[in-house]
Amino acid sequence: MDPTDRRYTEEHEWVKMDGDVAVVGITSFAQDQLGDVVYVELPKVGDRVEAMKSFGVIESVKTASDLYAPVSGVVEAVNGSLTGSPETVNDAPYEGGWLIKVKPDNPADIDTLMTAQQYGEQVAGS
Amino acid sequence: MTGDAASDGALLRTALYDCHHAAAARMVDFGGWDMPIQYKTGIRAEHLAVRAGVGVFDLSHMGRLYVRGADAMALVQWLTTNDASRLAPGRAQYSLICGSDGQILDDIIAYNLGAEMLLVVNASNRLKVLAWIEQNQQNGPLAGLDAKIYDATAETAMIGFQGPESERLLQDLVDVDLSTLRYYAALSGTADGKPGLIARTGYTGEDGFEVIVAAADGPSTWNTLLEGRGGVTPMACGLGARDTLRLEAGMPLYGHEIDESCNPFEAGLGRVVKLAKGELSGKAALERVAEAGPERKLIAFELTAGGVPRQGYAILDADAAVGQVTSGNVSPSLGTPIGMAYVPLRLSEPGTAIAVEIRGKAVPAKVVTLPFYPHKTKKIAAPSTSRS
Repeated sequence: MDPTDRRYTEEHEWVKMDGDVAVVGITSFAQDQLGDVVYVELPKVGDRVEAMKSFGVIESVKTASDLYAPVSGVVEAVNGSLTGSPETVNDAPYEGGWLIKVKPDNPADIDTLMTAQQYGEQVAGS
Repeated sequence: MTGDAASDGALLRTALYDCHHAAAARMVDFGGWDMPIQYKTGIRAEHLAVRAGVGVFDLSHMGRLYVRGADAMALVQWLTTNDASRLAPGRAQYSLICGSDGQILDDIIAYNLGAEMLLVVNASNRLKVLAWIEQNQQNGPLAGLDAKIYDATAETAMIGFQGPESERLLQDLVDVDLSTLRYYAALSGTADGKPGLIARTGYTGEDGFEVIVAAADGPSTWNTLLEGRGGVTPMACGLGARDTLRLEAGMPLYGHEIDESCNPFEAGLGRVVKLAKGELSGKAALERVAEAGPERKLIAFELTAGGVPRQGYAILDADAAVGQVTSGNVSPSLGTPIGMAYVPLRLSEPGTAIAVEIRGKAVPAKVVTLPFYPHKTKKIAAPSTSRS
């Protein structure tokens, strides 16, 4: 079961509010489908990201995939440890493998995304 | 294997299909075959298992074409670019099959088994190679030769064992002395009590073996091997690890570094084209390209900044696209982004600065020498009683 303290996108990102910033990562299902992650291309602090638009690229041994922002806002932090250890996304997708932190334009937008149960049903049906 | 490709579009299955299914392998369409790309452990773990211990691969999708008859050697000598006449019984050689325009139809391993010859061809090229042979048997240079092709792909299984511990593991399961089996040599024997051909060959840069057994014996041989022996427990490896291993070892892969659009000289394979040996398929065209020299060359490169080079990405010189990546990945052994590419001759010297276009950005790279990962194939001296 995916953690219930966050919301999910159809593109397999999760987002969790930590104070007034939204922490963003990819789901365990996504990292499993990608296989071994070898490179992550992320925006810079201060960049704007737009909901449902690509904010970066995650590359595994097999393939490259776009990362989609769950919400619009300004990048407050980037997980720099992934530069040297991209495999953390595989090992701890919900904790140490987070990707970016965003100051959302409208924090309430997060509530429109899927719950863990809804996301679980989507994955089960895919 | 369930028959020949599949007029109904269904993928072919090797004799080991059920073993892969039971191991929850991820399966992909590879050259018309339903093949494991990886097992549960993942490509990186499989890759590193081959570098440190033993990996076991299902290679049964590769075509196994036996050439039988008094003129078997003559057929292989005309068909392939390397000099098959130098192939002593029990030895194997890497070679190419070129079409009449000198284009590369396939890269293969030819075995001289004494009473017959064996050609191991790429899965996706098997029917093309068979058609080329048949065409030249009907009304071409092969007409009148006493040589018949027997396609044993469906009735045999081929299992690869690669890694520094592969001899120790396999010795316990075969009845031949592997310590005297040289690189690119083969012996008939038994594996797990079943008759088969045992060859010291491979595609990973490591010491390793390939074993051909009857299809019916394939699953039990596979399962016995995976149990491990002599303190060695191998890991089942899929096509994903096979690709990253061969890339590190600098081995060309058909459909990536070589295909019908390139010639052997620009691909760095001129060493296996022996134009002085006599008539061979594509000779006139190959002589012309050998004389003219290549205009472009296959090179190896490393990115000097972050990113992952992939097949089809442009090689840039002063912002102009001058070449193309043929294979690329992050090397699991070295941790660096590596690749192979075709570039104009002037950019092919090791040390040359180039760039790879990754999603619109020019990422700096430099030309390096192959292989990325040093080959660790075993050197065994020729026995004094036979020639090599």
